[in-house]
Amino acid sequence: MMDNIAALGRLGLDVIATVGRAGRFLTGVLVGVPRPSVGFPLLVRQLYSVGVLSLAIIVVSGLFIGMVLGLQGYTILSDYGSEAAIGQMIALTLVRELGPVVTALLFAGRAGSALTAEIGLMKATEQLSSMEMMGVDPLRRVIAPRLWAGFIALPILAAIFSMVGIWGGMLVGVEWLGVFEGSFWGNMQASVSFTEDVLNGVFKTVVFGFVCSWIAVFQGYDCVPTSAGISSATTKTVVYSSLAVLGLDFVLTAVMFGDF
Amino acid sequence: MAQRTTEIVTGLFIIAGLAALVFLALQVSGLSPKSDTDTYTLYANFNDVGGIAPRGKVAMAGVTVGSVRSVTLDRETLQARVELAIDAEVDNIPADSAAVIRTSGLLGEQYIDISIGGDMESLQPGDRFYSTQSAMNLERLITNFASGK
Repeated sequence: MMDNIAALGRLGLDVIATVGRAGRFLTGVLVGVPRPSVGFPLLVRQLYSVGVLSLAIIVVSGLFIGMVLGLQGYTILSDYGSEAAIGQMIALTLVRELGPVVTALLFAGRAGSALTAEIGLMKATEQLSSMEMMGVDPLRRVIAPRLWAGFIALPILAAIFSMVGIWGGMLVGVEWLGVFEGSFWGNMQASVSFTEDVLNGVFKTVVFGFVCSWIAVFQGYDCVPTSAGISSATTKTVVYSSLAVLGLDFVLTAVMFGDF
Repeated sequence: MAQRTTEIVTGLFIIAGLAALVFLALQVSGLSPKSDTDTYTLYANFNDVGGIAPRGKVAMAGVTVGSVRSVTLDRETLQARVELAIDAEVDNIPADSAAVIRTSGLLGEQYIDISIGGDMESLQPGDRFYSTQSAMNLERLITNFASGK
């Protein structure tokens, strides 16, 4: 009995300690901004590996999700004779919800896990400690560019995802199923508002980008420096990022679109 | 990969992101750089506005010529007072025109249609429509029909 209570207490203390470490780690990264001449090339290299290399999976998934939305939307809407509203349905679904959320989930799987594994291996092979020995702060040199790159790349990827998705929906709806193109774009433009829908979607991706990259670099930095430790840290990155994205999405949606 | 190639590809990536955002703004949400300055205000009082809400469509002969700016209750007449923002280039609406609330399709959204009168004078900014026709209430119509009135 007492053992169980003690185990529960230990678990609670562990969680609080991890949150505290993550907070101190974040402060360290954000305060230690490197000089632009040193930091900028590092940031560009990370933007390339986090953003540009994720582009393929984002474009392909966006295209197929848009095409599926077009097919499903047409089947449902044509029952009511209102298949012209398909543009509005695709655009609102993508810009408000699917764009930010699916991009963040794919980002956590494609880029977040890679960040964790890379930093974890640096820690296991004691590259981070040797940097400290040489007087280079690994938080500034290694972590900060990766965190900022994820933070910048996710909104860009989500915008591309939504655009490709809407194009895919148009491909199916207009070119294939024969919805009139004028009412496709017209209904869309009449119902999508730039500040309410597009900018709120961008704000969501900014939050997701911050949370996903923070979790990814922290899990790498905080992992147990063994092969098993790196593998469990990579798993944790994907699981925690996905849960955080879905949970935060509900909260943000309730705040942005809920009437209360 | 050489640093320069990386930089170029990353630059293209950022440009693609900005282009996607511009596409979402212009093509998807229909945001146009037109400001509020090139519209003028007209008022219309209705007994029942139905589903008319701010940002709603105002049309003339089926062509969109403006939008609903606000819907408030007129305390004196106890009618709904609708403020309409009409495009400045449509400045020759005859003074005896009527504002009619119509529905696009059977179940579509409601909009305000200006049915054109024959007066030589035209409505000036700040004027009020003399005659209006309220929203058709489908439920009331069915009740009237069922009770044989």
